[in-house]
Amino acid sequence: MATASEKINTQEYPINMMGIVAPLVGWLVPGAGHLIQKKWIRGLLLLISVSVMFFLGLMMQGHIYTPNTGDVLEMLGFVGDIGSGGLYMLGRTMDWGQGAINIAAADYGTKFIIVAGLLNIISAVDAHQIAIGKKS
Amino acid sequence: MNTHLELSHFTAAVLFALCASIVFGITQKEGVREQVRYGAKSFMWFVVGVIVGGWFLWILKH
Repeated sequence: MATASEKINTQEYPINMMGIVAPLVGWLVPGAGHLIQKKWIRGLLLLISVSVMFFLGLMMQGHIYTPNTGDVLEMLGFVGDIGSGGLYMLGRTMDWGQGAINIAAADYGTKFIIVAGLLNIISAVDAHQIAIGKKS
Repeated sequence: MNTHLELSHFTAAVLFALCASIVFGITQKEGVREQVRYGAKSFMWFVVGVIVGGWFLWILKH
């Protein structure tokens, strides 16, 4: 017999317009998906955390990956970086993060930038869940 | 970017842990109390992991 914790949640959460807009806006500008749903504190904390991580990575001479079909790790690096949305576009536009990685701190910086992108994707998914009512 | 920042390994790891823990806390739990608790717990485990990993590598080297 299934216990309460083992029961599968069968409740449906229909997609609405906010459910589409919030993750897109949240991807473009970290935390904005929460801010447009009036989750001010959460939105600001996400904006600060993801942005600080991205810019710390750049200041540590981290590398921003460009679209590539070379090494698998470089392709994955690009996938992580693109998660930062607007920050990635800003970095590419300003030609930031194009130096050669030859010190340990720069390698850390590269990881900071990738993880900032991945955290931003988690934030965008969270904004979607709030929008469809799956999370408060 | 022209600004150069040189952080120690530990400082970099703590800053990484701080930013990641805030996002984890907000996105993985519901309710302020649970979010703060989960964020703090994540941060603690990140830092404990760094210290334990550091000592493990030190033991391997010696």
